[in-house]
Amino acid sequence: MNLDPNAIRDKLGIGDDKVYGVIGEFADPHELVHAGRKIREMGYTKLDAMSPFPVHGIDDAIGVPYSKLGWIVICIGLCGTATALLLIWWCGVINYPLVIGGKPLFDFTFSIPITFELTVLFSAFASVIGMLALNGLPRLYHPSFNYRNAHRASDDRFLLVIEADDPKFDAQKSAEHLRSVGADLVEVVEG
Amino acid sequence: METNPPLIRAKDYHDLSEQISSIVEGDVLKTPLKYWITLGVTGSITGLLGMMLTYLVATGIGVWGNNRPIGWAWDITNFVFWIGIGHAGTLISAILFLFRQKWRTSINRSAEAMTLFAVMCAGIFPLFHTGRPWRAYWLFPVPNTDLNMWQNFRSPLIWDVFAVSTYFTVSLLFWYTGLVPDLATLRDRTTKKLKQWIYGIMSFGWRGSARHWRNYEAAYLILAGISTPLVLSVHTIVSFDFATSVIPGWHTTIFPPYFVAGAIFSGFACVMTLLIIARWALNLHNLITIKHLENMNKIILVTGSIVGYAYACEFFIAWYSGNIYERFTFINRAFGPYFWAYWTMATCNVFIPQLFWFKKLRTSIPVMFVISITTNIGMWFERFVIIVTSLHRDFLPSSWGYFHPTWVDMCTFTGTIGLFLTLFLLFARFLPMIAISEVKGVLTYEKQLFKGQETGVVAK
Repeated sequence: MNLDPNAIRDKLGIGDDKVYGVIGEFADPHELVHAGRKIREMGYTKLDAMSPFPVHGIDDAIGVPYSKLGWIVICIGLCGTATALLLIWWCGVINYPLVIGGKPLFDFTFSIPITFELTVLFSAFASVIGMLALNGLPRLYHPSFNYRNAHRASDDRFLLVIEADDPKFDAQKSAEHLRSVGADLVEVVEG
Repeated sequence: METNPPLIRAKDYHDLSEQISSIVEGDVLKTPLKYWITLGVTGSITGLLGMMLTYLVATGIGVWGNNRPIGWAWDITNFVFWIGIGHAGTLISAILFLFRQKWRTSINRSAEAMTLFAVMCAGIFPLFHTGRPWRAYWLFPVPNTDLNMWQNFRSPLIWDVFAVSTYFTVSLLFWYTGLVPDLATLRDRTTKKLKQWIYGIMSFGWRGSARHWRNYEAAYLILAGISTPLVLSVHTIVSFDFATSVIPGWHTTIFPPYFVAGAIFSGFACVMTLLIIARWALNLHNLITIKHLENMNKIILVTGSIVGYAYACEFFIAWYSGNIYERFTFINRAFGPYFWAYWTMATCNVFIPQLFWFKKLRTSIPVMFVISITTNIGMWFERFVIIVTSLHRDFLPSSWGYFHPTWVDMCTFTGTIGLFLTLFLLFARFLPMIAISEVKGVLTYEKQLFKGQETGVVAK
């Protein structure tokens, strides 16, 4: 394993010579959505926004795709259904058949409660772990934390980011663009 | 009193973060003495619980008053009581979310925490009622060499194991998912290195990106969607423990909806008790307003009336069915040796909540505080009445009996109240009691964010 700090920085994309993007700051969620839409109309594609709560309309404004989470959850949830049915059937019919109260060894009716509970349990884990995975979390570091006001993105400020890997990105011009759509504070952030 | 009081009072987003986070951020050593005294008292009661459970394990289950013919007594009463209280948390966080009830945002976090603590207290009773809690894994389909067989999946008791453990796990996931953005807020607000690390790790590096929020909102909606049938299923399955037996008074189809309504009723009352105290002690008047409390009182009134209807319906069916055992059980409940328990239940659950029809009473803090407590007394008695009165006089008069709780029964139940309050006190002090990011969202999308107004933001 290479423990050379420079190599690690390089691998993680952290370094003095690297630029994460330009961040513009807004005081109001409606301004953020408005600015996001305008910046996108200028032809930028790699945009992000940071806000203390979900801002409605920002997804369409800056082009955030729909969440795929639902598909993940339904697949894992159905695995839960199958697990429960297989468990009850295999234990009761195959592995250790035991007649109790003259009831059948397996039936869908008495399997309903456990099947339902396991479907819910699997789905809940899938939605939380899936949400974190889709977001690339947990992570200890992100270049946006270098922004001087990053701590206010979870308080009362709304940030719009033009990322450096955008083909149209140019530190100076992009900063200019953010200012032109009404950002109070604009900063080029190193990654 | 204002005629149309606002839902939330805050100057702006920052003020909101400030109001909620300042409770958590204060220096631990400077916490008021009254907090430590209260924590000391509840902590000692929790210690009592520990002693009782140790005594039980060391001696045997006979230290409880359970005996023929009443094999299920306080332990199952307490289990159903605590599980029921837990239901309000998920109802507020999931069902009210799906119905887009924005007022839930001020109370959902604490109600969810309450759910977790109540389910923990509930779990203690069946666990120790097994007599050998170190064999608890026998309840789950874990392959092992000392049981050498599988659980009986045809039994409602195993359904209950799955229902309650799923409920606890899903509630925990739901609660923690809601906490993540707020932990990030705390991380960003603190200037102490250690706290930044702790909150940073606990918040998984959350940065509030639009992509994060999109997946987060999807996850939240799905969790709400699956928790809604879950919360209804849990008390339904708890009621199956009784309804699938052949004991008169238990063997009825009304049990699932009746238990669910009762659970929501008692849960809301418990949230009410805790919130009134927290609101007063932590000065949360701006965020938990009369409007929230009034809405909760309306739900208490509705569910209380459903419970009252269920009592009446049970009585009617007991007579109408023509089943003499069923009829005897119900007459015995109301006029037999346990008449005092039955009428305590009916008074607390059916008659007293009807006072909430009057606006003056449902917006009065002292009145609602008292009613919230009588409701929980009533709901404890409901479970006691269902369990003990149905068992104490069964088909054979020669085996009739009367239940006497022992001091261990009483101290164990008191101990769980101590545990519940201790956990809630710790939560209220060390984690944000109100969902910061959700309340901010409500402020914005009610389109009532008036910038620069001295009186502050008012969301109706």
